[in-house]
Amino acid sequence: MVLSVEKLKRKRRGNTRWGNIARNLGMILPALIFALLFFTAIFANLIAPYPYDETNLPQRRMPPAWVEGGSTDHFLGTDTLGRDVLSRAMFGAQVSLSVSLLAIVITAVVGTILGIMSGYMGGRVDAFIMRVVDIALAFPGLLVAILLAVSIGPGFFTVVFALSVLAWAGYARVIRGEALRLRNSDFVLQAQIVGASPFRIMLRHIFPNIMNVLIIGITLNIGTFILAEAGMSYLGIGIPPPRPSWGSMVADGRNDLDSAWWISTFPGILIGLVVLSGNFLGDWLRDKMDPRLRQL
Amino acid sequence: MTRFIVIRALQTFLALIGIIVLVFFMVRISGDPTLFMTSPLSTPEETIILQKQIGLDKSYAEQFWIFISGLARGDLGTSFIKRIPVAEQLGSALPNTLRLSLPSFFIGTILGIALGVLGATKRDSILDNGVKFLAIMGQALPGFWVAIMAVLIFSVHWEIFPAAGTGGIEYYVLPVTTMLFFMLPGMMRLVRSTMLDVLDSEYIKLARIKGLSERTVIWKHALRNAIIAPLTVAGMMLAGLVNGAIIIENVFNWPGMGKLIVESTFGRDFPVVQAIAVIVAIMVLGMNFLVDIAYAYVDPRIRYERG
Repeated sequence: MVLSVEKLKRKRRGNTRWGNIARNLGMILPALIFALLFFTAIFANLIAPYPYDETNLPQRRMPPAWVEGGSTDHFLGTDTLGRDVLSRAMFGAQVSLSVSLLAIVITAVVGTILGIMSGYMGGRVDAFIMRVVDIALAFPGLLVAILLAVSIGPGFFTVVFALSVLAWAGYARVIRGEALRLRNSDFVLQAQIVGASPFRIMLRHIFPNIMNVLIIGITLNIGTFILAEAGMSYLGIGIPPPRPSWGSMVADGRNDLDSAWWISTFPGILIGLVVLSGNFLGDWLRDKMDPRLRQL
Repeated sequence: MTRFIVIRALQTFLALIGIIVLVFFMVRISGDPTLFMTSPLSTPEETIILQKQIGLDKSYAEQFWIFISGLARGDLGTSFIKRIPVAEQLGSALPNTLRLSLPSFFIGTILGIALGVLGATKRDSILDNGVKFLAIMGQALPGFWVAIMAVLIFSVHWEIFPAAGTGGIEYYVLPVTTMLFFMLPGMMRLVRSTMLDVLDSEYIKLARIKGLSERTVIWKHALRNAIIAPLTVAGMMLAGLVNGAIIIENVFNWPGMGKLIVESTFGRDFPVVQAIAVIVAIMVLGMNFLVDIAYAYVDPRIRYERG
């Protein structure tokens, strides 16, 4: 690779103290936000000021505390049924996190297994898996989610299933590339020579070497899953009410935009903040663990 | 090459059949549509008559045969709820969707390429950082929320554009702009990063050494090579566009395919759901097929390796 002056300059610029702080801020801040999110989701029952389904009709559509007419009783205001927006947002974190994490585990496991098989075994297995991957990647996820939600009925596992049913393909493709690269490496050839079974090679020799890529992929994927879950909830095919989810909270406020803007606004900001944090964390991890994958 | 195309065409056809069977049974797990169409007070006899009218009294095998043979003849069936041919319903919904997605698609592609190239060539400038910021935001904020915020600001607060419905050009501004949100960021990012790669290559250096103007180097030599990357993700862009249409049409109450599919799924209108799913499947598989062929045409290794 040719090192141009321009590149060296860029490199030096990135090594200043401010550059260091800025780079690490890209990790510290998102990590804090995630820690706070986990804390809120786990202890929502204890720290939320109100239960998520407690309606209070006389106090409906109360604006946030800092707006005229608002009170600190309902810091982010109340919705059309007088439910506390802040409390509902806290409980909404439970839905977002649990659904996304479970879906990520499933997609990562399925995608990794199929990806390694595809890359290491090659031939017909590879051709078949990759054909399915091509189709899965090009299929609009929301359409599938709608079909699933209505055929199985909405619920926690439907959402998880709808999120995972196509998403494994992304993992499979990336992991396959890695496995393909490792297939002809010295340590795999040596393992073959001493007579290790294909299963053992895939599990003991290839899998540990794709861990980096997998961890980066998982982190970068959290945001995608949270967004997808929110989209499903917005359309009314997520977790059924009264359990709040950020997406359905945005939908709840849709008809009251002229009188109560805060109902839709805050949950959306939360989604954006969390997804942003996830993406930053993923980028940071990628730069640290595997600069090869960097997208400049 | 012919062999490759034939095999691929066969595989695509098999996949299509598989998807059709899957869709047929999936919509039928969802429950009896007559429950939604009759009042709780209606007698069992009335329900049976209704089932007969819409053909649900027949066995699954018969229903499937009617569906697939109709499909082969180009007959998409009759809507359970509206009692008009599905083709007629789609005929009015599809143009509405195209009216929304085509402008978004073209504006998004052109803007995405332009901004991506400018970001790559003027690296670390204000413009580049602006592009990066826009891309980061676009990938983090939920599209439906952005659409609702646009309504809040431009329809409710400033009253410049209508909040929902169809009509003159002013009705297009908000939906088309927010739909851009679903495709612009990814496009910009992709063009920017491939452009950075290409600008680093030997033939660009040669072009510069030859003394070509910077504009020719970037917009002719580099862009031509960088533009292949977005073409390869055409399939994923199509998926993004369909997802975008579903969300945006529902936010803006736009009478297109996206709104139709959500309504007919909730109403258990099997023929409509089936038809839309099959049409989307054909679009997706067709796109994949074409991309594959194009790939194989460019890169002979693929023909032999993955035939």
